[in-house]
Amino acid sequence: MTSVRPDSSHLAVVPAYNEAATVGDVVRRIHADAPEWDVVVVDDGSTDATAEIARAAGARVLRLPFNLGIGGAVQAGFVFALEQGYDYVAQVDGDGQHDPAELDKLIAHMQANPSLDVVCGSRFIRDNGHRYPAPISRRTGIHIFAFLLSRFVRQPISDPTSGFRLYNRRAIRLFAKDYPHDYPEVEAILMLHHHRLRMEEIPVRMFARGGGVSSISSGKSAYYMVKVLLALFVGLFRRRPLPEPGGGAPVAAETGI
Amino acid sequence: MDNRIQLVAIIGAAGLLLFVLELVRRRRLLERYALLWLLSALVLLGLAIWRDGLERLANAVGIAYPPNALFFVAFAFVLLLLLHFSAAVSRLADQSKVLAQRVALLEERLDEAERRAREDAAPAGDGAHLTREDVIEPVGARRASDR
Repeated sequence: MTSVRPDSSHLAVVPAYNEAATVGDVVRRIHADAPEWDVVVVDDGSTDATAEIARAAGARVLRLPFNLGIGGAVQAGFVFALEQGYDYVAQVDGDGQHDPAELDKLIAHMQANPSLDVVCGSRFIRDNGHRYPAPISRRTGIHIFAFLLSRFVRQPISDPTSGFRLYNRRAIRLFAKDYPHDYPEVEAILMLHHHRLRMEEIPVRMFARGGGVSSISSGKSAYYMVKVLLALFVGLFRRRPLPEPGGGAPVAAETGI
Repeated sequence: MDNRIQLVAIIGAAGLLLFVLELVRRRRLLERYALLWLLSALVLLGLAIWRDGLERLANAVGIAYPPNALFFVAFAFVLLLLLHFSAAVSRLADQSKVLAQRVALLEERLDEAERRAREDAAPAGDGAHLTREDVIEPVGARRASDR
């Protein structure tokens, strides 16, 4: 199932921080429901048995030596995918709220629209009758981001915090070089816009968390709101990268001390 | 201006200057971080000695009591230094993130290579002589045989 050269060109990146309760099931569900996908679990400095359980379930495991936050963890997955030559990356959260059976839908949509670089699964596009049980407070915040982002990128965005996304090779290359920190999903949409990469949302169903603690606890949600809003407005005034086919994205980290 | 406060200011600024120079001399402070410190110590020392300059500065910005202008300049330097350090910390955080990701990727590649080596060795029958002592593991990592 695992190899140095990928058996398939599809990689599911599962960021997990202290998700020992759910990560094994997530890996097994991906293997069962989306068998053509390789799985890499990015253990973001967990203090529990997340890495061991993921490995036992048959995933490859990137073990970060300390906690980087979701942005750094997912970026490690992008770098891995880039170096191992995968054509598609999908993020599937380790807490079990994303349904691996929906991966086919993301792939089908991207293959039907070859100009797309990212396909994002949205909880809030209503045509599947299945409402995601998000707390009302968080929904309010999400809708504020959605409203702002939709105007910034001049395209309707319904679920800017969804991490359930499919990326093609161009998007992988961009995000392997530069991916936002702490809470990356919202800013990533703005980055895609600035780099002239195309994104579309499709409706997916999501589950409530299977266990563990959300990275956005109630105490942190105020910080989350302020931080992401700041990042959005700063992102608006950041120097726009010149679109260059095959060109590199600006790298955040400089070399040398 | 009271002579006592001038004396205190001169001693303070000179002490700061000597301390920064000593840290640089002992290589406890990188030059790039010492530059701002040296600049602030020199400016403060200069203003403390050159009373006329301080008074002119105080008049120019409307400070009635010239020694307050000295505090004002010192405070401005402190803000500048803090901002400088925030930028330095941000860069270090970025760099350590890249390092952590590289470590994780390398460790995974090492694990994978070892697993393949074991798989290649085992079916040959005589390859079983590869004992756990022959496998070099990174410090702190679990032994592959424990997994």
